[in-house]
Amino acid sequence: MNKTGMTLIVKTVTRITVWMILLYGFYIILHGHLTPGGGFGGGVILALALLNVLLAYGRDYTGKWLNIPLLEHVESASALLFLVVGFLGIVVAGSFLANFLSKGQLFAILSAGTIPLLNIIIGFKVAMSLFLVVWVLAGIKMSKGDAV
Amino acid sequence: MPVETWLIFTLGFMIFGSIVALELKDILSSIIAIGVVGLGVSMSFLFLQAPDLAIVQFLFEIFALIILVRAFIGKENHQLEASPTNRILTVIGILAVLVLFIVSIPVFKLLPPFGEPLMNVSQHYLDAGATETGAANLVASVILDYRAYDTLGEVTVLFAAILGVFAILRSTAKHKAAGGSHE
Repeated sequence: MNKTGMTLIVKTVTRITVWMILLYGFYIILHGHLTPGGGFGGGVILALALLNVLLAYGRDYTGKWLNIPLLEHVESASALLFLVVGFLGIVVAGSFLANFLSKGQLFAILSAGTIPLLNIIIGFKVAMSLFLVVWVLAGIKMSKGDAV
Repeated sequence: MPVETWLIFTLGFMIFGSIVALELKDILSSIIAIGVVGLGVSMSFLFLQAPDLAIVQFLFEIFALIILVRAFIGKENHQLEASPTNRILTVIGILAVLVLFIVSIPVFKLLPPFGEPLMNVSQHYLDAGATETGAANLVASVILDYRAYDTLGEVTVLFAAILGVFAILRSTAKHKAAGGSHE
């Protein structure tokens, strides 16, 4: 057990709850076209779950647990994927960001064409962006007291 | 009770919270009072029946609060001394706001009733949104189908923001690691 970060109680609780928070974030993202929430809200929940780990375990441990360069790639790729979906709209349906997939049954999880797809892309984008901003900010060493 | 009563209550709560945040000596208590203001915004979105906005506002409030607490904990609180000049400036500021308020009272009378004119576009979204896009959540159908281009802009803004943060902070970190000080 590493000594950095908060106490053993906080670490144990975080180890259990972080998966529940991540699951809730994915639930909010995947049901964005049916219930309130969507990509932005769910993405912030995912970022807060990772931030929870960063606060409880400290920066060094989180850097080993998470693959930070991979997160950066996911962040950039999701911005590109949004454009890809937009250009697929031009190719298939004739206009940028057109809803080219089948609409499906109302209230079904697989419905609303490209809306769930874009929700997932935005969710990953927001989650990675917010977490990486905090990650970089936490890396600055202050002149007097140390950061995380 | 009508929604206006609840809104006036939450707005008063928020104004009270911001005044408390300004007047408190302890910076941690100030940050918590700012959190009260953000919570008031989230609650008023809920009263206006906008749960999507309320969720996002609430989460971003927590996010901002964590960053503020992390940044300011253990820091010294630099406050402006209460000098005669400051007091005169405060009085001038309050008078200016009051004069502006009194001048703009005739404009308030011209405003339409709360939430009254429903535009053609919004009416079309309400009528045909579910059948045209297939999304049960009308907010999702607007931001990701009718107005998806705006959302692309937001994604671009986020991308530019993180690019700026990385460009600025990473270079300073590398500078310090190399031992060289810039200027």
